[in-house]
Amino acid sequence: MAIFLDEGSRVVVQGMTGSEGTKHTRRMLAAGTTVVGGVNARKAGQVVDFDGRSLPVFGDVAEAMAETGADVSVLFVPPRFAKDAVVEAVDAGIGMAVVITEGIPVHDTAAFWAHAVASGRTRIVGPNCPGVISPGKANAGIIPADITKPGRIGLVSKSGTLTYQLMHELRDFGFSTCVGIGGDPIVGTTHIDAIAAFEEDPETELIVMIGEIGGDAEERAAEFVRDNVSKPVVGYVAGFTAPEGRTMGHAGAIVSGSSGTAAAKQEALEAAGIRVGRTPGETAGLARAILGA
Amino acid sequence: MDLHEHEARDLFAAHGVPVPAGSVATTADQARAAATAIGGAVVVKAQVKTGGRGKAGGVRFAATPDEAAAAATAVLGMDIKGHTVHKVLVTAAGRIAEEYYFSFLLDRAGRTFLAMASAEGGVEIEEIAATKPSALVKVPVDATVGVDLAKAAEIVAAAGLPAEAAPVVAALWEVFVAEDATLVEVNPLARTESGDVLALDGKVALDDNASFRHPAHAAFADEHAGDPLERRAHAKGLNYVKLDGEVGVIGNGAGLVMSTLDVVARAGAELGRSGPANFLDIGGGASAQVMADGLEIILGDPGVRSVFVNVFGGITACDAVADGIVRALDVLGDRAHKPIVVRLDGNNVEEGRRILKAADNPLVTLADTMDGAARTAASLAARGA
Repeated sequence: MAIFLDEGSRVVVQGMTGSEGTKHTRRMLAAGTTVVGGVNARKAGQVVDFDGRSLPVFGDVAEAMAETGADVSVLFVPPRFAKDAVVEAVDAGIGMAVVITEGIPVHDTAAFWAHAVASGRTRIVGPNCPGVISPGKANAGIIPADITKPGRIGLVSKSGTLTYQLMHELRDFGFSTCVGIGGDPIVGTTHIDAIAAFEEDPETELIVMIGEIGGDAEERAAEFVRDNVSKPVVGYVAGFTAPEGRTMGHAGAIVSGSSGTAAAKQEALEAAGIRVGRTPGETAGLARAILGA
Repeated sequence: MDLHEHEARDLFAAHGVPVPAGSVATTADQARAAATAIGGAVVVKAQVKTGGRGKAGGVRFAATPDEAAAAATAVLGMDIKGHTVHKVLVTAAGRIAEEYYFSFLLDRAGRTFLAMASAEGGVEIEEIAATKPSALVKVPVDATVGVDLAKAAEIVAAAGLPAEAAPVVAALWEVFVAEDATLVEVNPLARTESGDVLALDGKVALDDNASFRHPAHAAFADEHAGDPLERRAHAKGLNYVKLDGEVGVIGNGAGLVMSTLDVVARAGAELGRSGPANFLDIGGGASAQVMADGLEIILGDPGVRSVFVNVFGGITACDAVADGIVRALDVLGDRAHKPIVVRLDGNNVEEGRRILKAADNPLVTLADTMDGAARTAASLAARGA
């Protein structure tokens, strides 16, 4: 088992023929993912070779789903076209759309999110995220597949590189699924969504949640954990040193007044019984101690 | 990007939000001329991107053009919470019957937009929210539907604002959507004694991600804002924020760099020293040129005593990062003269470390872990002091 993505997932790539799309489609295939094709209206009917594997390019997501049975889309579509691409995937009824694209205007994200909610069919992950990986099963996005192996830890994080760092620190245990939810002010899948799924996943024994400054997603996740989660949860929050009013790299990473601070988030997590590390290394140590090694 | 009040006012006017007559002045003479053109009493307001202007004496009433000139003389050049006043907005001082609060903003938790309104305007909204939360009405806005006149009337009625405010609210929604704003705030929104509803002050934040469809927004970039190093870094396309510590930080990925700042701050505190000198995310690529540009910016900060390069090679390979560091130090030559602690992990890390060892640059120290590297960088900074 894993969450959101497994060996049965059939992945279509919107923007597969662009440079990022091509590079990461190759990596997803190398990780054993069943990538069944790409979508690009202007290149429909073409076939793209990936180290001897030929993948068809479809005119739209609906066609790709009809032809291949795809149930997951990964989007590498440039920001200005991203909204229409997500709406297309939602209208086609895809089960999950993983939006890797960075730099999407937040009005566009709000619009495609509202559209996805209204459809009731599509899980959105991202935008501005590294995607979802269930090691040894499938990889939908840009998370390096060779850091670690299948295992007992479930991880959810706003940050890509901190995801990789924790996967690396705990590589000997391995992971059931790692979900990069993205650092934008509005994201589809939240910490809570991933934690709820990990709680239900028999393969996951421990949950690592990584947060950062901005918004109150971590505080809400803490409440959810306190009320609904029986599995051990270890947390980490980045951005204690961030000055108020400055955006730290991620569009959503900003402390406004007294809200969104790392200290408030850490306090909320600890109040909910979550053990919080002060550095990524310490966080990994907490997980290690719980899992016993 | 946050706008000045006068820029917000211009956007309001362009989308049909009523604003009082006024113009911007950078000298006392211009302020006098502006007041003369308006006729009657005016308000002279410091244009700085921070709250509390009034309390700081940056907002002054002037009954005559000469008083407006005197007010401008007093306000121009003032320091308000670290912001120097370079210009003032001179606007007509009408007779106000009532003041309200209104804003459209992003609701991160609800993953939609929110209208916030209160019949008790003129004071800080945080104060209303804290002291009288029932007086602040919050109405979610469906991003796919928006705010038409009927919805505006509904919001206005819920908050106890006069019906005349509805068309102004609809126009403010136009500003919010058409300009890709993340915040449009009017405080106060005022009803004059003659019954007109006007935006007397405005705060607008624009979404930088949407700049590709708003070429006109480039004109709002503030030539006075930020640190000179930040301006140089941004000109090179670097994601850099100046802080006030002594350990320069370069890393890849926003989360990892934020985390690096924290680890450096902690290591510095253990030595009784200051923490990180900056945030700098060189992103996934981390080419030699980007590394050189980043190092150059950081070494140009006189407060920096040591540098910590913290890279996790996910998509980036560590050998490429190591090559980048070696070549960057070649490019910089004598300009690189401060100790650099490098922590590499991940993709091709062995080769990356081998390259740095082979280059044998006396400035470079290799570290195995993030926590250890931060302590080394902090102690090198302390030693250089």
